Amino acid sequence: MALKFPIFMDSHSTTPVDPRVLEAMIPYFTEKFGHPGSRNHPFGWEAEAATDKSREQVAKLIGARDPKEIVFTSGGTESINLAIKGVAEMYREKGNHIVTTAIEQRAGLDVCKHLERQGHQVTYLPVAADGLMDVEAIRKAITDKTILISVMFANNEIGTIQPIAEIGKLAKEKGIIFHTDATQAVGKIPVDVEGMGIDLLSCTAHMIYGPKGVGALYVRRKNPRVRIAPLLDGGGHERGMRSGTVPVPLTVGFGKAAEICREVMPEESARLKALRDKLQDKILSSMDEVYLNGHPEKRLPHNLNISFAYVEGESVLMGLNKEVALSSGSACTSATLEPSYVIAALGVGSELAHSSIRFGLHRFTTEEEVDYVGDGTVRVVTRLREMSPLYELAKEGVDIKSIQWKAE
Amino acid sequence: MAYSEKVIDHYNNPRNVGSFSKDTPGVGTGLVGAPECGDVMKLQIKVNLDAKFKTFGCGSAIASSSLATEWLKGKSVDEAVKIKNTDIVNELKLPPVKIHCSVLAEDAIKAALADYREKWAKKETAAGARTS
Repeated sequence: MALKFPIFMDSHSTTPVDPRVLEAMIPYFTEKFGHPGSRNHPFGWEAEAATDKSREQVAKLIGARDPKEIVFTSGGTESINLAIKGVAEMYREKGNHIVTTAIEQRAGLDVCKHLERQGHQVTYLPVAADGLMDVEAIRKAITDKTILISVMFANNEIGTIQPIAEIGKLAKEKGIIFHTDATQAVGKIPVDVEGMGIDLLSCTAHMIYGPKGVGALYVRRKNPRVRIAPLLDGGGHERGMRSGTVPVPLTVGFGKAAEICREVMPEESARLKALRDKLQDKILSSMDEVYLNGHPEKRLPHNLNISFAYVEGESVLMGLNKEVALSSGSACTSATLEPSYVIAALGVGSELAHSSIRFGLHRFTTEEEVDYVGDGTVRVVTRLREMSPLYELAKEGVDIKSIQWKAE
Repeated sequence: MAYSEKVIDHYNNPRNVGSFSKDTPGVGTGLVGAPECGDVMKLQIKVNLDAKFKTFGCGSAIASSSLATEWLKGKSVDEAVKIKNTDIVNELKLPPVKIHCSVLAEDAIKAALADYREKWAKKETAAGARTS
């Protein structure tokens, strides 16, 4: 099959809508346009039935007992805000301490910083060199004021999958609410809120081949019944937790996307893992001083994150970006001019954080694309190393850390 | 980041990549930046006047140093010192977040000239003008 350019290999940022998802959504823009809150006419009944069905489809994908536990939101960021701020406000009498990790996605970290300014205490636990959380460190961080443990399911840069079931067990033992940002995990690997003791779970449709603009927060109703304060005041939709008209075409798409993911997950994750491993082997065997970031096994099957010593990430992307869409932890690709805090949290030197590239495979990735990207990456990195003063110094046997660099 | 055509051209076809041996008579070496900051430039001049560079950094850092070597070629030491980072910004149409790349290139030129003066200029004055 002929390659089509540009190749999209940045699936931790978003995914294309599956054509089956789009097909399911279309009637809900035009003929079936009713408001699910309209109780007195067929337009409303039809819209409500469609929303209920999507709620059920999403509930099934994450192992929720009751579709009523799914609260539709505008996406991952809103779900995370609603979960953490909602608990902080609802349980203010009980305590003001939150335990989380240093590698949460931006929304999780920024919500916690916001709450700190309002008088909450937040513990940001470090992770090991492979990105894994130590459950015992969470246990030690818990105080009698702790009201929430918030740990992401799988990291958006390095793909490391946290020991969620163990954390859930600890949370239950201590009687503390457990929230997980599962934006990257849902639809890709098995997620089971019942079996894993998850009380609150954030996810989004556009990461699972659904539309942008809709997400969900799972809110446990039994053992324990979790209550959260809403962010928005209004009509009291979504059992009072999220006012605002439910965007029916989007939820229908979300539901369909969830249903497809559930059906194809075993086959799809095996296929993507094989392709990812092929890409990884190609890169690691073709060059020296390339390092895998994250855990070698406990990792999302479609994720690959590699640091290429002596070359800067943005310059690697620049060599490929006419043909391939990738992402880098390089400071030069971020608005803040800081390198990736996730890669830095792994304890690798910040020069390697500047040199990291993230590959994200997806449902429509082909073997030809993987071969092309592997070859292209090796070619570009090799060329950049030939013009890198650091590579030259290293080849001369100079220890780069022994040089007195003058930082700007 | 959307770069200008000139940055892309220098990135794809960098001018004067390479190294002179540091002991070659008349060579001055500037090594500026820091790996932790994501930019390191090595710029070398050789009187009168050749230049080479190697850069670890983003596309505009590579382009800034490549352009600097292009401008240095054939210039005298007195002329070389007049190259300003703003000239590089204007030529490459660097966006505001990339201005530090041009500053680094100017620093690299200055460091290479200073190294040259320290190593060779005095000796040459003593021995009479010597072209390399």
